[in-house]
Amino acid sequence: MKLITAIIKPFKLDDVREALSDVGVAGLTVTEVKGFGRQKGHTELYRGAEYVVDFLPKVKLEIAVSDETLDAAVNALVEGASTGKIGDGKIFVTSLEQVIRIRTGESGAEAI
Amino acid sequence: MNNLLVKIGALSVLGLMPEIASADELNGGNTAWILTSTALVLFMTLPGLSLFYAGLVRSKNVLTVLMQCFSIACLVSVLWLLGAYSFIFTDGGVLNGFIGGAEKILALGMGTADLSGDIPETVFFMFQMTFAIITPALIVGGFAERMKFSSMFWFSGLWLVLVYVPVCHWVWGGGWLAEMGVMDFAGGIVIHINAGVAALVAAIVIGKRNGFPKIPMPPHNMTMVVAGAGMLWVGWFGFNAGSALTADGAAGMAMLVTHISAAAASLTWMFLEWKIHGKPSVLGIVTGMVAGLGTITPASGFVGPVGGLLIGISAGLICYYATQYIKTKLQIDDSLDVFSVHGIGGITGSLLTAVFAATEMGGLGLPEGVTIMSQVTVQFIAIFATIIWSAFFTFVILKILDSTLGIRVTAEQEQQGLDVVLHDERGYDQL
Repeated sequence: MKLITAIIKPFKLDDVREALSDVGVAGLTVTEVKGFGRQKGHTELYRGAEYVVDFLPKVKLEIAVSDETLDAAVNALVEGASTGKIGDGKIFVTSLEQVIRIRTGESGAEAI
Repeated sequence: MNNLLVKIGALSVLGLMPEIASADELNGGNTAWILTSTALVLFMTLPGLSLFYAGLVRSKNVLTVLMQCFSIACLVSVLWLLGAYSFIFTDGGVLNGFIGGAEKILALGMGTADLSGDIPETVFFMFQMTFAIITPALIVGGFAERMKFSSMFWFSGLWLVLVYVPVCHWVWGGGWLAEMGVMDFAGGIVIHINAGVAALVAAIVIGKRNGFPKIPMPPHNMTMVVAGAGMLWVGWFGFNAGSALTADGAAGMAMLVTHISAAAASLTWMFLEWKIHGKPSVLGIVTGMVAGLGTITPASGFVGPVGGLLIGISAGLICYYATQYIKTKLQIDDSLDVFSVHGIGGITGSLLTAVFAATEMGGLGLPEGVTIMSQVTVQFIAIFATIIWSAFFTFVILKILDSTLGIRVTAEQEQQGLDVVLHDERGYDQL
């Protein structure tokens, strides 16, 4: 089992959710976050004075998948989140030791 | 009352309201309008200015600012009754050039039948009180997000007594500036320069907010700022058109020039940002509006529509560059730009009053025997005296408070946010 953590542009969230649904991903968690990467910050205005905002708003997705669905899910994420411009985000994949469904007590891939 | 006489004097010269000068019977129309204006001017502080300022600070300090404005309104109201009104608007005898008398402390002897001009004195008392309320509330913007509540409270009370009361008496209570013929229709000098200078000095004495200017401190709620700004604009009709103390064409003209100046200054600021930065901002257009309103205030009863337009454009231009200069160049953390907008706007407007009041400049006319240059000189003296007086006493009051109560919260408290630290409350329900 793997945990996919993806940082994407907020306006691509719907595209990503649809692409993931199409490959059979049944659940995900979304958080609004701020951060910076190569895109850096941007300039805002305060009464005529410009200042740099270092952290840009992004959306963080957390998705638990079985080893078999991993590649399809990652492809769907890339396809859904890509605009080709700087700031599209990143995908991190980590191993997942255990998953437990609280209601039934099921564990492992069954619980995903 | 003397305030009224001064204005009647000025307006009678213009031939605008000859019937008022001799009137000592109650005028229902005038009374109704000043009652309305009183409510409008209080509305400027509660909740107009309060929301405007509260939206401009960071979310952790939103309640502090609301609390400061609200408590100042209450404190000034009580001080007004205790003696502020009397020492401004009654005759001080031999000291009258400098300060009024004590005969009306606690509003003694002021009954329902007593008149001030042709309106009840109770109405005049209340109308003038709302001006006294907004003045110390404006200063809050200079020391926002870092001052102790206790010191803020002491400062506001002492400042009202030591600065507002004498300066208001000089200009509107028949004091030495009134004797010289200073023209300040609705408070460019008494309110905006006075408060603007105090905010600048307070910002310097208390020091920059931690992180200023490296860390940006943008407004936490622009919706609140725009709502507050809209209320200020509407309330300002009471401020300026109410200052005519009559319900007539003079009030109408004051309302007209006030409105045009606000609109012109808003557009000026908007176009400046658009040109220089590439985009117009909401905070920019509403800041221009406040600048336009503050700047037209001293001139509002003396100038014509074109004067209002030109004063508005000047306000947008001058206050825009003043803000950049104070904050970016000098790096003084006058946090909500009170001096750049109200102080500089008040100075600009008070000087331009002398220019655009002249008949040849489309104004309602200067008093007989007065030229533009002679009036500019009088205005300059009044501005200079007010700056010195306000700066000196603001500095002294804050230094005394700093050595006794301390005026600033600790760095840790400032980081935590004053809402929780000073009031055990938070503005927004966060997990």
